Order: sequence, then C-alpha cells, then structure tokens
Amino acid sequence: MTSDPRPLSPHLQIYRWQLTSVLSILHRASGVWLAAGTILLVWWLGAASDGPEPYARVQAFLGSWLGRILLFGWSVALFYHLCNGVRHLWWDTGRGLDLKSVYAGGWAVLAGTAALTAIAWIAGLANWSH
Amino acid sequence: MATPRLRSPLSRAIGLGSAKEGVEHWWAQRVTALALVPLALWLVIVVIELAGADRTLFVEWVRHPLPAVFLVLLLIATFYHGALGLQVVIEDYVESEGLRFGLLIVMRLAAIVFAARGIFAVLKLSLGA
Repeated sequence: MTSDPRPLSPHLQIYRWQLTSVLSILHRASGVWLAAGTILLVWWLGAASDGPEPYARVQAFLGSWLGRILLFGWSVALFYHLCNGVRHLWWDTGRGLDLKSVYAGGWAVLAGTAALTAIAWIAGLANWSH
Repeated sequence: MATPRLRSPLSRAIGLGSAKEGVEHWWAQRVTALALVPLALWLVIVVIELAGADRTLFVEWVRHPLPAVFLVLLLIATFYHGALGLQVVIEDYVESEGLRFGLLIVMRLAAIVFAARGIFAVLKLSLGA
C-alpha cells in the first residue's frame, strides 16, 4: 500500500508539555515501575520464609545505597500512583472533570506525593537506625 | 439505529462492538484499585515499622492471622491490578501481533507465578516452619 501524504496528528514532541498530559504519562510509567517492584515484595516474603540467611541477604541489599535508591523510587511511584489513582476514581464518579478541577487535582496529587514520601522516609529512617 | 441489518442477531444480542469485550476489564481495574488503597497504605506502615527489624520479629508478626490475611489479599489484588495495567500497556505499544500475543501470555503467567510464590511464603510463615 502506498501511503497518502495525509495530515497526521501531532506527535508528543510537537505538543507543548502540560501538567495534565505529564501526570497521565507518569501514571502509566509509575504503574509499570511498581509492577517491577512487586518482584521485590515477593523476594522479601520468599526470603523470610526460606530462613535467616536469605532474609539477611535481602535486608543487606535494601540497606545498601542501591537498595535505598530503588526503595525511594518505588515509594515515590507508589504514593504518586495511589494519589493519582484516587483522582481517577473520583473522575469515574463523573465529578471534577472541568479544566479548573483537573488542574487543581493535579497539583494536589503532586503535593500529596511529596508529603507522603517525606513522612514515610522520616518515619522509616528513624525506625531503621534502631 | 439505522444499521442493525449488517449485524447478526447473535451479535446484537451479545451487544458488544468491534472491541469484542465489554466493561469487565475496566470494572476489575477499578475494584482492585479500590481494594489497594487501604492495602497499600497498610503495607507502607508495615514496612516502616519493620524497617531494619530482624527476621524473628518479622516472623512473629506474620504469625498473627490479620497480617497474614492482609498480605495474601494484598498479593492477589496487586498482581491482578498489575496484570490488567500491563495488559493495556502491551496492547498499546507492541505493534506486532505475534509478539503482543506472546508477551500477554508470558506477562499473565508471570503474574500468577509471582503471586503464588508470595502467597505460599506467607502461608508457610504463618502456619509453621
């Protein structure tokens, strides 16, 4: 088939970045990243059931710099996906779909993600050192 | 509705369009999402409380019925929700039909395997060993 030089819809790099589209992309990206994180969750539970040595290995990995960076990434993704997921559920009730509410909700999601991440890490690190 | 003649009576009775499926995927995604709101927050609190804890403390905690049940529910809801989400991602971005088909099968089987491994670990910890 020969393709006609028909007008195409603009691609991502043509569109101006805006909060709504960025948050939408981040929702999907954080979901994929969290799916990878479930492997860590299962590794942790599996190691705990296998015995003290495997469990100590997981703990050592999570305590390392790489482990902590990965944990931090997963915590941000979890809180973001959670907050934005609630935003989606709210939309599903047919509410908050006007432009002003969509933007207000978007900023609220970012603020919520930052707040929850900060609280979780302050509490977690305080506990970790004990 | 002026075009029902092109559709078979069966197609009209089932009432699905060209997508060949209805609202099940969307609905399951919302229900698992709703379940995961409290479960995920609970997991965060648990991880914070158990941060740096040794295994004895962890095992002692999992032996209580409530944590064990919550962990199993969390694993089921997480892998169900995750498989539904990854399905859409694969369907959207993988153009080759054969590869898409293969990836969907591998992804679903992997979700089931990981969920089963996690649930088995929780049951083993809470019931004995």
